[in-house]
Amino acid sequence: MPDVSGTKRRERRRAGSGIRGNEAVAGWLFVAPVVVILGLFLLLPILMALWVSLTDWNGQGSPFRAGVPFVGVDNYTRLFAEDGLARRDFMTAIRNNLYYVAIVVPVQTALALFLALVVNRRMLKGRSFFRTAFYFPSVTSSVAISVVFLFLFANSGAVNGLLALFGIDGPAWFSDARGVLHILLGGFGVDSAPAALTGGGPFGLTWWDWLSGPSVAMCAIIALVVWTTSGTFMLMFLAALQSVPEALEEASTLDGAGRWQRLRYVTLPMIKPTLFLVLTLGLIGTWQVFDQIYVMSQGNPAKTTLTPAYLSYRTAFRDFEYGSGAAISFVLFLIIIVLTLVQRRVLRERDGDRPRWFRRRAERRS
Amino acid sequence: MAVTTQRRTGAPTIRRPGAAGRRGEPRGLVTNLVGYAILVFFALVFLYPFVIQIAGSFKTEPDAAANPLSPVPDPVDLTSFQRIFEGTNFPLWMTNSLVVTLVVTIGRILLDSLAGYALARLRFRGRGAIFAAVIAVMAVPGVVLLIPKFLVLNQLGIYDTYTALILPLLVDAAGVFIMKQFFESIPVSVEEAARIDGAGVFRTFWSVVLPMARPALITLTILSFQGSWNEFPHTLVAVQDPALFTLPRGLADLVSGSLGAGSQYPLKLGAALLATIPVAVIFVIFQRYFVRGANEGSDKG
Repeated sequence: MPDVSGTKRRERRRAGSGIRGNEAVAGWLFVAPVVVILGLFLLLPILMALWVSLTDWNGQGSPFRAGVPFVGVDNYTRLFAEDGLARRDFMTAIRNNLYYVAIVVPVQTALALFLALVVNRRMLKGRSFFRTAFYFPSVTSSVAISVVFLFLFANSGAVNGLLALFGIDGPAWFSDARGVLHILLGGFGVDSAPAALTGGGPFGLTWWDWLSGPSVAMCAIIALVVWTTSGTFMLMFLAALQSVPEALEEASTLDGAGRWQRLRYVTLPMIKPTLFLVLTLGLIGTWQVFDQIYVMSQGNPAKTTLTPAYLSYRTAFRDFEYGSGAAISFVLFLIIIVLTLVQRRVLRERDGDRPRWFRRRAERRS
Repeated sequence: MAVTTQRRTGAPTIRRPGAAGRRGEPRGLVTNLVGYAILVFFALVFLYPFVIQIAGSFKTEPDAAANPLSPVPDPVDLTSFQRIFEGTNFPLWMTNSLVVTLVVTIGRILLDSLAGYALARLRFRGRGAIFAAVIAVMAVPGVVLLIPKFLVLNQLGIYDTYTALILPLLVDAAGVFIMKQFFESIPVSVEEAARIDGAGVFRTFWSVVLPMARPALITLTILSFQGSWNEFPHTLVAVQDPALFTLPRGLADLVSGSLGAGSQYPLKLGAALLATIPVAVIFVIFQRYFVRGANEGSDKG
């Protein structure tokens, strides 16, 4: 008897270790393709680019050959510290992207939230049709959409046709390099820069240049991007709104809260996590704008639609200054990583003060 | 008639929330009407560009330039489509796009779910580290990888080949994440039963767990299809040979003036339309899976 149970135990142990052993091998086999491909095309590239950004490699042969000139942080100092074309272009791109972010992020968030609130109304019929309509632009090809918007914003295009109905003479969108703030000031009779603003400014651009506002051309691209991204964010808001308990809204209505009060004090606090998520995803996304710029303007007119992402591409693949281009992508990388970390931070902090029912639900789910 | 009166009397009510309860029924009606008006306006804003695109591709060039807003081509003209197929490399781009999309989608379904399963259920050393790496990699912005990816493809000697077009897209971190989440929701007892019946790890995965993951697989398929069909920046740095252009790349090339004289908007709009149709069809059929995909990110922290 004891003998039998002993064999059994030994058998079980052997079988157990067998399964565990299989599991380890299988586990590695299962993840191997993903690890290899992600490593090869996501991690290795970053290291290689870091090296290239410290060299003056011109694209000929391997960047790891002995003859490739090592220049240290020169590529970086030229972007920030040395007066020259490289810095002027880079700072112009940063300026353009800052204006782009400053407009796109708030507008797309507000529009998405607004649409979600309207579509979320329980009494509305045809809600799913409207949701589909708003989301559809988000799933189509950015290149194809850019082609359509090029036509819409053409000199004799639909947008100018629409403006003409209101008696407005629309601009030549993609060749108008004037900044909208400059145009506004022109409306007040300030047509040229006050001397105080042309004398100098940070990073080789004059204050007047920094304060131009987005160009007319950039505005067309902004319109396109807001139009394509609002649908996605609307869906995120919608998912959040649907998890706001109905009873809570009813209770606040009974307590005499009006529409605005309910939005301000009940709904918005409940969907705050999603609001943060949308804002940070927007921030991360807007620093990466590329496809639309490539197709619609290539940085023109007068470099007013140049962005760091497009500039890094152009510097590397058109001017064959790979070191400089890689340096620009690294700066952009840092900007985006910082934004991502901020997002993670904010999201983690908010976990602490989540309402209890929400936490309980999350626990049940995981 | 009735509608307009209601709208007029209704407008101030909305701005004075204090008056809410008093009117009861009609207020609900009026706010609904305002709601519809807003929705219809925005639906027009979001859909009319597509109407213009469709109409524009059937217009003659002078008509497109003279009446860009009109939804009706006058006369209906098919020469732009004829020229898309005969005068451009459109059929070639279409074929390339189909090949890339098909291989990438199949690859992602297979490899992402294998990895997702391993990360969710198999115990092996380094699992935690790999999962952390997958999460970290999701945050790497694609655009800053353009030059680096070119460097690697070049070093591997596969620049300007189908391999370069496909291989880097073959797995995606987000897909692994989606699959892992799903596999974790399947009860362990199911696998235990399969094990007791003598199934090995792969067999358990392939014939028991994977079929149960259908909803997640569909979501992944849709996202992969849409993503790789629309992929543009990657093709910019992976290939140079016009014979390897996919649709977005070819389209971008058309726009930047490979056509020669004139704006040729009907042709460009037509090509863009043809490139949009497959995704549009899939979207209409599998709408809810797109919605699921859009919300996939909102739960993670």
